[in-house]
Amino acid sequence: MSVLVFIETEDGKIKKSSREAISYGAAIGEVTAITLGSVSNEELASAGANGATKVLHAADEKLNAGLIMPYAEVISKAFESTGAEVLVTAKSSLADAVVGRISVKLGAALASNVSELPKTDSGFVVKQSIYTGKAFVNTTLTTDKKILAIKKNAIELKTDGAAASVEAFDVALDDALFGAKITSSEKAEGDVLLPEADIVVSGGRGLKGPENWGIIEDLAKTLGAATGCSKPVSDMDWRPHHEHVGQTGVKVSPSLYIAVGISGAIQHLAGVNSSKFIVVINKDEEAPFFKAADYGIVGDAFEVLPKLNEALKKALA
Amino acid sequence: MNILVCITHVPDTTSRIAFTENNTKFDKNGVQFIIGPYDDYALARAVELKEANGGKVTVLNVGKAETEPTLRKALAIGADEAIRVNAFPSDSYFVAKQIADVAKQGEYDLILMGRESIDFNGGMVHGMVGELLGLPSFSPVMVLEVEGNSAKITREIEGGKEKLEVNLPFVAGCQEPIAEWKIPNMRGIMSARTKPLNVVEPTDNTKLTEIAQYELPAPKGAVKMIDADNVEELVNLLKNEAKVI
Ligand SMILES: Cc1cc2nc3c(=O)[nH]c(=O)nc-3n(C[C@H](O)[C@H](O)[C@H](O)COP(=O)(O)OP(=O)(O)OC[C@H]3O[C@@H](n4cnc5c(N)ncnc54)[C@H](O)[C@@H]3O)c2cc1C
Repeated sequence: MSVLVFIETEDGKIKKSSREAISYGAAIGEVTAITLGSVSNEELASAGANGATKVLHAADEKLNAGLIMPYAEVISKAFESTGAEVLVTAKSSLADAVVGRISVKLGAALASNVSELPKTDSGFVVKQSIYTGKAFVNTTLTTDKKILAIKKNAIELKTDGAAASVEAFDVALDDALFGAKITSSEKAEGDVLLPEADIVVSGGRGLKGPENWGIIEDLAKTLGAATGCSKPVSDMDWRPHHEHVGQTGVKVSPSLYIAVGISGAIQHLAGVNSSKFIVVINKDEEAPFFKAADYGIVGDAFEVLPKLNEALKKALA
Repeated sequence: MNILVCITHVPDTTSRIAFTENNTKFDKNGVQFIIGPYDDYALARAVELKEANGGKVTVLNVGKAETEPTLRKALAIGADEAIRVNAFPSDSYFVAKQIADVAKQGEYDLILMGRESIDFNGGMVHGMVGELLGLPSFSPVMVLEVEGNSAKITREIEGGKEKLEVNLPFVAGCQEPIAEWKIPNMRGIMSARTKPLNVVEPTDNTKLTEIAQYELPAPKGAVKMIDADNVEELVNLLKNEAKVI
C-alpha cells in the first residue's frame, strides 16, 4: 500500500509526533512524506530512520507560517500526485485544521484520534478513541483514499531505517490562499510541547498559586517533561491556556502523567485517561484521581515534590 | 451581522459511557444531553457579537427530534432562530455537507462551531464546511473580534498562540476563552418557546465512513500506594516496573 505522511517541523526539526506518524505509515506500506516550508535536506533525510523512503519538500518560504488553506492545497496535491491510498498525520493544532479540507477536496474518508494500526482483512477498519478517551469505536473507511490523524503513542517509534531521498515538490499557489495574515505568533521557547511529550507533569489548584510552580517545573526539567495544569489553574491565569489538560483542553496520551494537587474530576480525567501510566500526588487520600492512577502518594506536594525530584535526579544521573 | 452557530447534542461531560446491542449502539439510558461545551463557547461569542453589532444568530443541529430541547436551550441563551436537519449525524462528512447546504441558503458573515464535538472528538467538521463553501476555516479559535468586514482572531498552536487578520465570511472552530458560557435566564427560557425552530430534511446522504463496533477501554488495575517518606520506591517502580523513565 502506498502511504503519504505529513511531516510537521518545529524550529527546523521534524516533530516527534511526525516521526511516529512516519513509523505508523511504514507499518502499513511504503512511505513518501511531504513537508512544507524551510527545513534542511539533512533533517528531512533523517525521516528515513522512521521508515520514509522519500520526502517531498515544498520549500516555498511563503509556507513557513503554517497557514491552513495553502497547507491543505499542497498536501492534497501530493496526495493526488503520489497516488497514495492513505494519508497519515499526527494530530496537531495545524493538522486538525487542515485534514477536513483535504478530505473534502479529494473525497477521502477521514478518521481522527486513531489509536492503533488499521485492520485490513475485511475492509479498512481503524480504532478511534472517542468520548474523550472514555471509549473506542472501530470505523470502516469506505473510500479509495483515506486520511488518518493518529494519537500520540499509537505506535512504537521506528528508528532503524536508512536515509530517505529528498525531492523538491513545487506547487503553484494562488494568492487567494494567503488571504489570512498572521500578525504575530507567540511560543514558549525551549519548552517541551505538551501534546508531544512522553512525560507530563501537571499541577492543579492544590498548588495554591502561580508562584509555587517552581516545584512542578523543576520536576519537569529533571524528567525532560512538559508541564500541564487543570482548568481552574488556566482559568485563573496561573498558567497559560495551552497547558490546560482535559475535556475542554489538551488531550494527552504520554507514557507517564504525573498529577500533583489535582482532584481528578471526570472532565480532567477525560484528557489524560489514555496515558500509559499515571502517578497521583495528593494530600487527600479520598481524591478521586487515585482510582484512575497506577501509582499514588498521599502527601503534601510541597514536601513530596522536592524529595521526588532529588531521588529522580540521583536515579537518572 | 448574520451568524450561523452549529450545535452538537452530546452526553454531559460527567456521563458514564456504555453501549448496547452487541456494542453497536450508544446507551442513552440515564444520560443527560447538553450543548457541546465548545459549541457553547461559540454560541456565547455569537450572542455577544450580535448584541454589539446587531444582526441575527441562527443555531443549527443535525439530529433527530430528540435534539430539540438542546436547540431550545440555545434559543434561550440568545439565538434568534433554530434549524434542525432531520437526520442522525452518523459521519463527519455527512454532517459537514448538511451544514454547508444550510449555510448556502442564508447570507452568513460567520459560521461558528466548537473546535470538536465531545462525543467523537473529531475536530474535522469546521475544515470540511470551509472547503465545501470555498471559505477559509480556522481552529481552534480562542479570540474573535469583528471590525466591519474583517476580523482579528487568535488561534491556539502547540505551546502558544498566533494572531491573524482575516476577512469575513469564514468558518471558525471555537474554544475558551472566546467567551464565557451563558446560562439562560427566565426571560430567555420563556421567549425560546416561541422562537422559530425549522426542521429540514437532509440534502445528500453521502457518507465516507461506517461504524463497525464500539469498545470500552480495559479496566484500570488497582493503584499502588507508596509512602510519602519513600519516594525512592516510586522512582524504582517507574524505572523497573513501568519502565517509563
Ligand atoms: C463542562 C466542563 C468542562 C470541564 N473541563 C475541564 C478540563 O478540561 N480540565 C480540567 O482540569 N477541568 C475541567 N473542568 C473542571 C473540573 O470539573 C474540576 O473543577 C477541575 O478539574 C478541578 O481542578 P483541580 O483538581 O485543580 O482543583 P480542585 O478540585 O480544587 O482540587 C485540588 C486538589 O488539590 C489537593 N491539594 C490541596 N492542597 C494540596 C497540597 N498541598 N498537596 C497536594 N495536594 C493538595 C486537594 O486535595 C484537591 O484534591 C470542567 C468542568 C465542566 C463543568
